[in-house]
Amino acid sequence: MPCGLFHTRYRTDERIFKTVWVRSWVAALGFAVLLLPLFVSSYILYVCNTIFIFIIGAIGLNILTGFTGQISIGHGAFVAIGAYSSAIMTTKLSLPFWLALPGGGLCSVLIGIFVGLPSLRVKGLYLAIATLAAQFITDYTVVHWESMTNGITGMYLPSPQFFGFIFDNDSKFYYLLLFFAIAAVMTGRNLFRTKIGRALIAVRDRDIAANLIGISLFKYKLLAFSLSSFYAGIAGSLWGFYTNIITPEHFTIVLSIDYLAMVIIGGLGSILGTVFGVIFMTILPELLTTASILLKDTFGQITTLLSAIKGLIFALAIILFLLFEPDGLAEIWRRVKAYWKLWPFSY
Amino acid sequence: MTDNITFLLQLIVTGLVLGSVYALVALGFVLIYKSTSVLNFAQGELLMFGAYICFVQTVQFHIPFIWSFLVTLIFSFILGLLMERALLRPMLGESIISVIMVTIALSTLMRSLIQIVWGTQTKVFPPVFSQEPIYFLGLFVAEVHLYSLAFAMICVALFGLFFKFSSAGLAMRVTAFNQQVAQTMGINIKRIFALAWAISAVVSSIGGIILGNINGINNALAIMGLKVFPCVILGGLDSIFGAIVGSIIIGILENIAGGYLDPILGGGVKEVAPFVLLVIILMIRPYGLFGKKLVERL
Repeated sequence: MPCGLFHTRYRTDERIFKTVWVRSWVAALGFAVLLLPLFVSSYILYVCNTIFIFIIGAIGLNILTGFTGQISIGHGAFVAIGAYSSAIMTTKLSLPFWLALPGGGLCSVLIGIFVGLPSLRVKGLYLAIATLAAQFITDYTVVHWESMTNGITGMYLPSPQFFGFIFDNDSKFYYLLLFFAIAAVMTGRNLFRTKIGRALIAVRDRDIAANLIGISLFKYKLLAFSLSSFYAGIAGSLWGFYTNIITPEHFTIVLSIDYLAMVIIGGLGSILGTVFGVIFMTILPELLTTASILLKDTFGQITTLLSAIKGLIFALAIILFLLFEPDGLAEIWRRVKAYWKLWPFSY
Repeated sequence: MTDNITFLLQLIVTGLVLGSVYALVALGFVLIYKSTSVLNFAQGELLMFGAYICFVQTVQFHIPFIWSFLVTLIFSFILGLLMERALLRPMLGESIISVIMVTIALSTLMRSLIQIVWGTQTKVFPPVFSQEPIYFLGLFVAEVHLYSLAFAMICVALFGLFFKFSSAGLAMRVTAFNQQVAQTMGINIKRIFALAWAISAVVSSIGGIILGNINGINNALAIMGLKVFPCVILGGLDSIFGAIVGSIIIGILENIAGGYLDPILGGGVKEVAPFVLLVIILMIRPYGLFGKKLVERL
């Protein structure tokens, strides 16, 4: 708590951005983010766009795993369902972008509720295994239902069109995805200031106790699954529209693990942490790729080993975080802020 | 008509071989789960590691197979101990999701290391057993399959005896039953945890060597670690006997499903059938065939 800040009303206490300083810093950051595409290369924009899409999906996973305590190792499956339903809607039913996007999300929700059903009977490790099964079954369906999904050749999606405006390059997409990412972050953050959000947290902390005080586990567990898969579906759909082509390789268990890693490194049960986690886990492999290009002349084999080295660093990052900073980047951020709050008179 | 039956029996026998390897891996998996309550996602990588270590010794150092096999077991034992000490013990008392994530990261770590050291190409063991089919009870069975089956069965039986009669085995069972009781009986729980990981690594590496002899070794071996989930869920997560029965059922079922449904659905049914069964089991009987039904109270 910053010193000299005394709340006299609950309304001010509940604010997300509490002080004038915080608000102005956020405004400055927002301004910088808005102007970014004017100054950077399309490669940087590509990385930013990837980050935005992953933020949406990762917040979905954090709602389910971090806030409601339902472990999911099948988040990639919901992303896949969103992407493929949007692709089918635009190519086979020729629906416009603004219908196909929520349509992808809703299809994902349907499957999400179905996968969430076992969560009413099993929990913890068993649920983790159930979601893992969902992941494999979805993978199989996507690859083998060739009449719908074109199998391993993948599907083509047109660039999204909105009232005649076509989003067809990285910087146009930047603003579209930025809008959705901010919307995802704000709804995620606000969700946990409402009754629903508090109920979800109660389910995480002790589900039987939550049930005793009148929180319907049936309703809220399925709600958590639907919210999470809606976010995932939107992320998948946007990914499809952004890359224009989707193939099954993108949506394997590796994607689910990536999402889990982002959420855990960012900090379970923290929306801001999720954003940090996504940025960290997206930039790390990109930096490694850049480094490998620079080191290509010195170590000839480095490019062939790149994927293995990426995996190695990825795994090490997760392990080190879990061993030494289990609460993730959100906790580091909190400590840094606490240090500067009273600097240089921290005693 | 007889052709149909022969086809079915053939599928069952190959399924039995596969199931017996699953049983070895599942044994290691349940062992860790029972004594330390950790769901180990790196079981498949332990298996792969064992296979590669054995491969290096037999092919690059020309050590006779039986010796390289024994050395591999020692290697795996030490690896299991190290993993428990370095990664799992600091995670004691952390939330389930964190522990799961550590084992997932561990699996990625081992897979990347193996890829850096040995590459991605399939390595073939020198033939220890012949691949020649022999005529056995009216069926053609590859000799290597027969030996694998026998070998896996012997291993499972040996571990059964270990748990029943040796003092270390008894101590592990007590720890699995109730950690507090075990501690009051003077059992060093930390040692038991380490032992569980070590034995689990050893059992998996045996599975890896058997599979390596049948199909050769490559990165795909790691998938075995995930295939083990349906087996242990079917048998009940906390039952060693259940794990073995579940594995054999899944092995046979997977082969039958593959044999009959592949022509209709167009391939790959083998990979997904166990997981479909897994979902069905979780819906009907979440604690499996032999698992303990968990009753929760506040």
